Amino acid sequence: MVNKDKVIIELRDVKRKFIVGDEKVYALRGVSFKIYEGEFVTIMGTSGSGKSTLLNQLGCLDTPSSGEYILDGMSVRKMSKNQRARLRNRKIGFVFQNYNLLPKTTSVENVELPLMYNKEYSAKQRKEAAIKVLKEVGLGHRLDHKPNQMSGGQMQRVAIARALVNNPAVILADEATGNLDTRTSFEMLVLFQKLYSEGHTIIFVTHNPELAKYSSRNILLRDGRIVDDTINTNILSAKETLDNLPVEETVDDLITESESRDD
Amino acid sequence: MSILNLFKIAIKALSNNKFRTFLSMLGIIIGVAAVIVMMAIGQGSKESVRKDISKMGTNLLSVRPGAEKMGGVRLDPSEMQTLKIADYEAILNNKKYITYVSPEVTSSGQVIYGAKNTSTTIYGESPEYLDIKKWEIASGSCFTDEDVRKGAKVCVVGKTIVDELFEEDTDPIDKVIRFKSIPFRIVGVLEEKGYNNWGMDQDNVIITPYTTVMKRLLAQTFFQGINASAISEELSDKAIEELTEILRESHSLKDSDEDDFTIRSQQEMMETMSSTMDTITIILVVAAGFSLLVAGIGIMNIMLVSVTERTREIGLRMSVGARGFDISNQFLIESVIISLSGGLIGILTGWLGTLLCNHLGFPASIPMWSIVVSFVVCTVIGVGFGYFPARKAANLDPIEAIRYE
Ligand SMILES: Nc1ncnc2c1ncn2[C@@H]1O[C@H](COP(=O)(O)OP(=O)(O)O)[C@@H](O)[C@H]1O
Ligand SMILES: [Mg+2]
Repeated sequence: MVNKDKVIIELRDVKRKFIVGDEKVYALRGVSFKIYEGEFVTIMGTSGSGKSTLLNQLGCLDTPSSGEYILDGMSVRKMSKNQRARLRNRKIGFVFQNYNLLPKTTSVENVELPLMYNKEYSAKQRKEAAIKVLKEVGLGHRLDHKPNQMSGGQMQRVAIARALVNNPAVILADEATGNLDTRTSFEMLVLFQKLYSEGHTIIFVTHNPELAKYSSRNILLRDGRIVDDTINTNILSAKETLDNLPVEETVDDLITESESRDD
Repeated sequence: MSILNLFKIAIKALSNNKFRTFLSMLGIIIGVAAVIVMMAIGQGSKESVRKDISKMGTNLLSVRPGAEKMGGVRLDPSEMQTLKIADYEAILNNKKYITYVSPEVTSSGQVIYGAKNTSTTIYGESPEYLDIKKWEIASGSCFTDEDVRKGAKVCVVGKTIVDELFEEDTDPIDKVIRFKSIPFRIVGVLEEKGYNNWGMDQDNVIITPYTTVMKRLLAQTFFQGINASAISEELSDKAIEELTEILRESHSLKDSDEDDFTIRSQQEMMETMSSTMDTITIILVVAAGFSLLVAGIGIMNIMLVSVTERTREIGLRMSVGARGFDISNQFLIESVIISLSGGLIGILTGWLGTLLCNHLGFPASIPMWSIVVSFVVCTVIGVGFGYFPARKAANLDPIEAIRYE
């Protein structure tokens, strides 16, 4: 599945320092790697090791203090704010730890959001695209629900659908399972593995080493440096792990399951 | 993002906070309504003053003693005694563009009939005064030139005097009233005129020969003024020239001397009046306008709160590709919606207020342009006071915004 001919992301000695008062904080001290199309990369490291800072560089939310970043063939470092906004809109799909859905807004509308900032989509096309990805993440029955009417797992599915809707070059997930219980976390992993199998490029940040076994490549960060970067040849199936989890169903899960069976 | 979508988002955000939106609109509503009502009252009273003045006759001329001074202040009392019988006679003998002339001397005081009394003003005039003022006699007749020559103690009275002094159904003709202990026999009653725009009761008058007032009442030899009428409104200017010439000659003024009298036409008075009304209107509107300024600050305040509250949303929008421009537009449109719909409701409220004013007897009419101006001002307020909060939102750092708790 990994396409070694196509480099999606290339970092060359990327450094990022923050200046807090008189002190300098070195969050990234020279990071270099290439990520190919179709890879499922887990970035691990303890808290404060620079994972989020790295992901913000990759997501064009932040610019490196030095070094080069090439996304899908384009050099990001010298881009203007507006050019980076456009790049985020067309090439990146973000999934956050706390979902970040708009309150009082339906799933479909939440998922449509990135397309609102893309003039090429008409209202009808936006809606169709949103419904399509919501079905892909298994929320065909929750199209008109608002965030306060859904469980954490469902909200994160909406967020993943939103990350998918613009058909991005890469999906970036920062602690996407951080707020979810074990069972729901594995449900998310099942979804990510499905997307991986469909050819999506995924970068998944976590501080939980367990989750690394389910991706195709593992990068370990410590103190702003890469200390380990290995290809995982023995990818575990999240589906199997989920099935083998001790059954301890919550009311929430029961509702979800019975309703998904109805579909 | 398209304007339509920005509008949808703004409407949704505003309706999520209906009460707050209403409160910040309220300032604009009150401000605009106040401005509209003030303008309407200004316009309305100007119109009715104009109507009143033109009813009095636009060919009216009035001569007052003393030169016209800046600010209209006349200080030297001797200057006030320059209009005399000789001037009146000179006018009568030389007039070409003038139809009627009447000298004027007035005095205020109590008028008594039996046990009743009321305070009034007595006007010493010639019989032509009624022609100048286009004033009809309702019953009886006016005093005559003969009465003027003799300084007869006869008078015509306004409706108010009749109402105040006499029982109902009493015929006032030939009754004798006393003004400053001098008896006057009533020979005629004037047609009712009502109140003028300055709130003065025009029917509270006694008109009597000027000679009577000068000799018997005041013992003075000069007039307070001379009233005249030009042949027509168009010939007013000619008539003024003529009057000026006659009076300068009768006062033996040298070419280098300034006029020691002032002539005003009704036309001029109308213009002076209008410009005074305009000034008053402007003052009122500016005062009301300040409440719009305060309302604008209120909108700015609520928009700043809104930006802070929605920091996470702004961060999210940026992370999915919104540019600073998209974000600032979103908030600008919100504040413009608040101020414009506030303005619209304000205009409606102002319109109702104007109806109420008319109902209560204040003449008020909304000038069309004040509605246009209100719309423009509201847009300017929306954009002006929304700009700073919108900039603040657009300049947020997406990473910090999305982590904001
Ligand atoms: N905006 C910032 N200003 C100052 N220091 C920061 C900022 N963001 C991150 N850091 C610092 O950079 C380091 C890496 O942070 P981060 O990337 O959030 O770590 P992780 O996500 O791995 O927990 C930390 O020491 C953190 O304090
Ligand atoms: Mg982090």
